[in-house]
Amino acid sequence: MTDTSSDLDQFRRETRQWLEANCPPEMRRPIESDDEMFWGGRNPSYASEPQRLWFERMRDKGWTVPHWPRQYGGGGLDAERTKILRQEMAAISARQPLMSFGVSMLGPALLKYGTEAQKLEHLPKIARGEIRWCQGYSEPNAGSDLASLQTRAESDGDDFIINGQKIWTSYANYADWIFCLVRTDPTAKKHEGISFILFDMASPGVSTKPILLISGKSPFCETFFDNVRVPKANVVGTINRGWDVAKYLLQHERTMISGMGDRSGGRPLGLLAADSIGTDAQGRLDDPMLRAQIASFEIDEVALSCAAERAIDLAKAGQLHPAFSSAMKYYGTELNKRRHELLMAAGGIDALEWDSDRSQQGAKARAWLRTKANSIEGGTSEVMLGIVAKRILDLPGA
Amino acid sequence: MALVLTEEQTMLRDSARGLLADKAPVSHLRQLRDEQSPDGLSRALWQTFAEMGFAGLLVPEAFGGSGLGMVEAGVVMEEIGRNLTPSPFLATAVIAAAALTHGGSAAHQQAYLPAIAAGSLLATLAIDEGAKHRPLHTALQATRAGNGFRLSGSKALVIDGHLADLVIVAARSAGNPGDRDGLTLLLVDAKASGLTIERTAMLDYHNAARLEFDNVEVTSDSVLGELDHGAALLERVLNIGRVAVASELLGVAEGVFARTVAYLKERKQFGRLIGEFQALQHRAAHLYVEIEITRAAVLKAAQALDSDPERAAALVAVAKAKAGSTATLAVQEGVQMHGGMGMTDAFDIGFFMKRARVCQELFGDSNYHAEQLARLKGY
Repeated sequence: MTDTSSDLDQFRRETRQWLEANCPPEMRRPIESDDEMFWGGRNPSYASEPQRLWFERMRDKGWTVPHWPRQYGGGGLDAERTKILRQEMAAISARQPLMSFGVSMLGPALLKYGTEAQKLEHLPKIARGEIRWCQGYSEPNAGSDLASLQTRAESDGDDFIINGQKIWTSYANYADWIFCLVRTDPTAKKHEGISFILFDMASPGVSTKPILLISGKSPFCETFFDNVRVPKANVVGTINRGWDVAKYLLQHERTMISGMGDRSGGRPLGLLAADSIGTDAQGRLDDPMLRAQIASFEIDEVALSCAAERAIDLAKAGQLHPAFSSAMKYYGTELNKRRHELLMAAGGIDALEWDSDRSQQGAKARAWLRTKANSIEGGTSEVMLGIVAKRILDLPGA
Repeated sequence: MALVLTEEQTMLRDSARGLLADKAPVSHLRQLRDEQSPDGLSRALWQTFAEMGFAGLLVPEAFGGSGLGMVEAGVVMEEIGRNLTPSPFLATAVIAAAALTHGGSAAHQQAYLPAIAAGSLLATLAIDEGAKHRPLHTALQATRAGNGFRLSGSKALVIDGHLADLVIVAARSAGNPGDRDGLTLLLVDAKASGLTIERTAMLDYHNAARLEFDNVEVTSDSVLGELDHGAALLERVLNIGRVAVASELLGVAEGVFARTVAYLKERKQFGRLIGEFQALQHRAAHLYVEIEITRAAVLKAAQALDSDPERAAALVAVAKAKAGSTATLAVQEGVQMHGGMGMTDAFDIGFFMKRARVCQELFGDSNYHAEQLARLKGY
């Protein structure tokens, strides 16, 4: 049976009504700082009652992951309906009910590479926000050259014994489980001896140490593994073929990062600047050069959001180049850095305060500093451009 | 609506692409230039366009056209841009056809639309007067006289001006330059007494003209749309022209980019292909991303004009601004990466650079549209 447009119209109407009735007004404002996000986990921490209500209502519909199949805890929506739900949420500036590396990164990899048992064990808990995941990829000597990673997993009967160190592990200190790249064959070529494995962060031998960043905060950790015992059954995909899983997951990570600056539901940047700086007699932002920079930024921002929408539609039509997420990651992160430069310029002296309640403990300045990592994490801008040059443009020797 | 071409739109693209690659690649423009063609374009090719239904693409079916929309027009414009094909398509089939369809009386439509679709009538819009595109600053005077108007003033950058049979003129019938009220669109016969048309050779070898109106008399039937309240119709028609030119700019960018990437894969220096150098790889990759983002913005604006023209203004501003800056980057990188060869007339790269410069100015450059976006957003 094919959908008629009236079926979709009806879904749109019902969705709009449901959101109207169920999304608390407090959850219809853009998220302004990391503290306002809900991450789920074994010990969930809600910033407010409306946040809890909104999460639970969306969770019960399966709409934390509307496009996942129902048997894995998703909403079972097709691509058209998922897009309608996103549009209707955006129309009222509804927040994402759950921030989750399980949703944005591990889930897609499990759906593609996981065994049925792995899917049934992990996906519903991700969908329901019951387990918070972190990503064990980078190491002190494996950054852009990720495949040179050295964390070892040695065979011991039905288990692996894992030793080594990860770095830049986002929120490792709050995470319940980790998806981790380990070297299972030290004699093979560097891309061919890596496995992708899942384990509980509460396992004996796992420890984390937050890293203080220039923003004065610690969203990242160093993570240490000292003889951590993990069942071989926890490997996703084939042993020693983990690089395939890793790369596939990175595509999703890059898509997620490229969209991090998307605050299109929020107040236009030019109006934020006018709130702070004021307007001239004709109502224009009273800083002509900044106004021009903001307008030029907004052109790129709108164009990027069109490209993000198009990428989803191309994927649906089976026409999206698999490396396109690298193009979006590059552009989105450079744009987000520009956005925060402009926000700081708009905030002027007021945006320089670091500790005051007036500045929400330096929220603008800290967010500005945090964005400098955007073009590094998940693959640097230079690595992204290299991938585009090699895989999309087919340039020689790249 | 999905932000990808439908199957029918893809077929239209393939057919336009095949036709232009075959009949009017860049060498066609070069030949017209070298022989100093009096028409500046091929009328035979325009007849083929008409036979394939392209001339009447936007003309309603009742008047012999296909009744398609801006997405389809954009698809054809993109191929025109890729091949730098001089064609009446923009001025006649897109802008004039849209103006008559959205603003013409039944009599106007009957008189002109079937002839446009048949390829037998060429038409254009005369809007710009000063160095920059400022539609509300229109000063060309339309003074009431008897049962009609007398027009006096001048226009520049009138596309295909010396070929057009029919000129749609933006005139000031009331108020002062800068006012939104007091603008009127008028249909003027190109042979009207008092109208002088000077073909102006432009750097891109595409057709443009300056028009001098010296007490040109037109009847009151010549008013297209509403007297004194033509701004809304003008804006709608201009927005259609802007997205058409944005599509052309996208095609220009693609054309120059394809040649540049090919050159990176064949030119050797220091004993290796220059495409192996990371300095060039990253610049090429950046340009690729800009082009893909531009493509999405242009398609989005075209869809918006088809589905909700009243609310398309911001997307149109984004599309024209973005396409202008992306094409500008593409042609500059094109020349630079071709090295000295990019500076030679024998290579086609310079033709792209010249066309991009003209398309930037057409219907407002990137700065103009950034200003429009800021105003629309209220800052």
